[in-house]
Amino acid sequence: MQPIIRQNAISLELPDLRNLGTILRIVLAVNAMTAVAALVSAPQLDLWTAQWLDMTAVVEPHLIAELAVLYALAPWLGRQSSTTGALVVAVITVGIGLGVHMLVARHVPQPPFAVLRHLLIALCAYATLLAYFGLRAKALSPAIAESRLQALQARIRPHFLFNSLNAVLSLIRSDPRQAETALLDLADLFRVLMRDNRELVPLADEIELCRQYLGLEKLRLSDRLSVEWHLNNMPGDALVPPLMLQPLLENAVYHGIEPSSAPGVVSINIFLKGGDVHAILRNPYQAEGGRHHAGNKMALANIRERLKLHFDAEGTLESRVRDAAYEVHIRIPYRTAKSTSARAPEPSTPSARRKPDRDTPAARSRLPAAAPALLDGRQGVPRG
Amino acid sequence: MADVPLRVLIVDDETPARRRLRELLSDCAGALPLACVGEAANGREALELLHAVSADLVLTDIEMPEMGGIEFARHVLKLPQPPVVIFTTAHDEHAVEAFEVNAVDFLVKPVRVQRLLAALEKVPRLRPVSATRLEALPSTARRFLSVTERSRVVLVPVEEILYLKAELKYITIRTAEREYLLEESLTKLEEEFGSRLVRVHRNCLVARDAIRGFERRAGGEGDAHWEVQLKGVPETLPVSRRQQSIVREIGRENRHRGEETTS
Repeated sequence: MQPIIRQNAISLELPDLRNLGTILRIVLAVNAMTAVAALVSAPQLDLWTAQWLDMTAVVEPHLIAELAVLYALAPWLGRQSSTTGALVVAVITVGIGLGVHMLVARHVPQPPFAVLRHLLIALCAYATLLAYFGLRAKALSPAIAESRLQALQARIRPHFLFNSLNAVLSLIRSDPRQAETALLDLADLFRVLMRDNRELVPLADEIELCRQYLGLEKLRLSDRLSVEWHLNNMPGDALVPPLMLQPLLENAVYHGIEPSSAPGVVSINIFLKGGDVHAILRNPYQAEGGRHHAGNKMALANIRERLKLHFDAEGTLESRVRDAAYEVHIRIPYRTAKSTSARAPEPSTPSARRKPDRDTPAARSRLPAAAPALLDGRQGVPRG
Repeated sequence: MADVPLRVLIVDDETPARRRLRELLSDCAGALPLACVGEAANGREALELLHAVSADLVLTDIEMPEMGGIEFARHVLKLPQPPVVIFTTAHDEHAVEAFEVNAVDFLVKPVRVQRLLAALEKVPRLRPVSATRLEALPSTARRFLSVTERSRVVLVPVEEILYLKAELKYITIRTAEREYLLEESLTKLEEEFGSRLVRVHRNCLVARDAIRGFERRAGGEGDAHWEVQLKGVPETLPVSRRQQSIVREIGRENRHRGEETTS
């Protein structure tokens, strides 16, 4: 059971200690705190930098050693409850503090009780950082919750729904079986669109969803739409935010294929390179399409935001126009359900949200404040 | 009247949507004599088709490649006997609202057979929607201007226009090849194509892309004025005193563009 206290108090949840963004934040914060401490303790302003240098001689070895230890322990820490995790890190901080102090004392004589002072300061810094990460996670979540309902409604582009229904209706008399498949695809798609999309899902699931979506578009647009998949080097078990690709493909069709009578290609290229998963989506660029591009920008901003929430600085999204093609390039760190340990499973709610056949508790991200359906906020754009 | 079949043309860029309408029309055929005279995938094709076959009613989608439904409806009015146009739309609150406000007939997709039949029964009493009401509908700028020549509707692609010049009753459209006569208001054309066409004189709009340069010329009464030089055609157009600021503005733009291409 989830402790009630987590709802109200500041969360003691540890951040992802292997994330570049987290590490950078810690390094910057600790150094800033050192600078401030030096300013406070220096008797004169011109002695400030000297004081700072003296302090870094102790602070930096401690910081580097602790980050290394935490990096190594990150998967194990992730499996513990948040309170245990926080306590273990406090113990580690004290341990490393003692070690560094002993090393320094061997070369430079230290005043009495220096070790206690050192440890207290280190624990204060740790508490500050923990509070910061807790607050940060909290600050990011209400905005997400708020936009959820609105996002849900905006997400379902009415144009797509009604045109697809119209296409299915046209099949019922001539090809009932195809109509059946199409309706099932539509049902699957809407199931995903309407569920609570808080947790990361395997990339293979997202791809399946994209196939179903493109299948429906193909029904409407027939020869005008061709899809090229390059997935030979795709890690299907990589965890991605749900609906990371589908809204981009929807844009690709809406902006790249629909405005032209000539056939066009949407290509999806996903591969693993240097520990990162890359996804490159391309569609023909229609300069004279006359379509509103605000919707596209909003979708991009939205996905970018979700990548940031899940992966911090390690998830990026770039878009550009090259060789008469519009290209979106997503890069995220390669994480799987095994490498990202799941927190103690919460049996009741989450499994009910997911489709039974795809429910693997391990697939859930441990990001506490991870984005739910913060989907693209396209508003109704006038169209036929 | 009752035994003359109603001739219907279907325009939609999605094959399944056309098939669906065809099926529904055949469902209606029992209640009302009608014939589907053809299908087109966009407004331009439909216009071409209407030169070969005549129709009483066109059912057209709104957003289509090459030429959308609303633009199509405006060009259709230039036919000697324009058919009634009824729009079909998947769903869009804004568009639907505009149709209702302007009393333009439309059907919401997916279409119910009863709704279609009701619309078909109304057709003989309907008159084509006026150009003014069509202009009030939300729509992007047209891709073509249309003129009637020997009872055919000739489309002039907007990107081929070098300049528009108002003369007495008509507007002359100048392209690199030839001239056309158009019956529209220059002010409205300026509103619609403001990003592409720039006013150089009370009676003249010039395509920004067609401007080669400006030259200073002495006028009859001794005062000098600027003339626009154009790409592809020898004639020049006077710039009025009120519009003189554009000489510098466009000169600067062209220089910028020149720098971009050379760098």
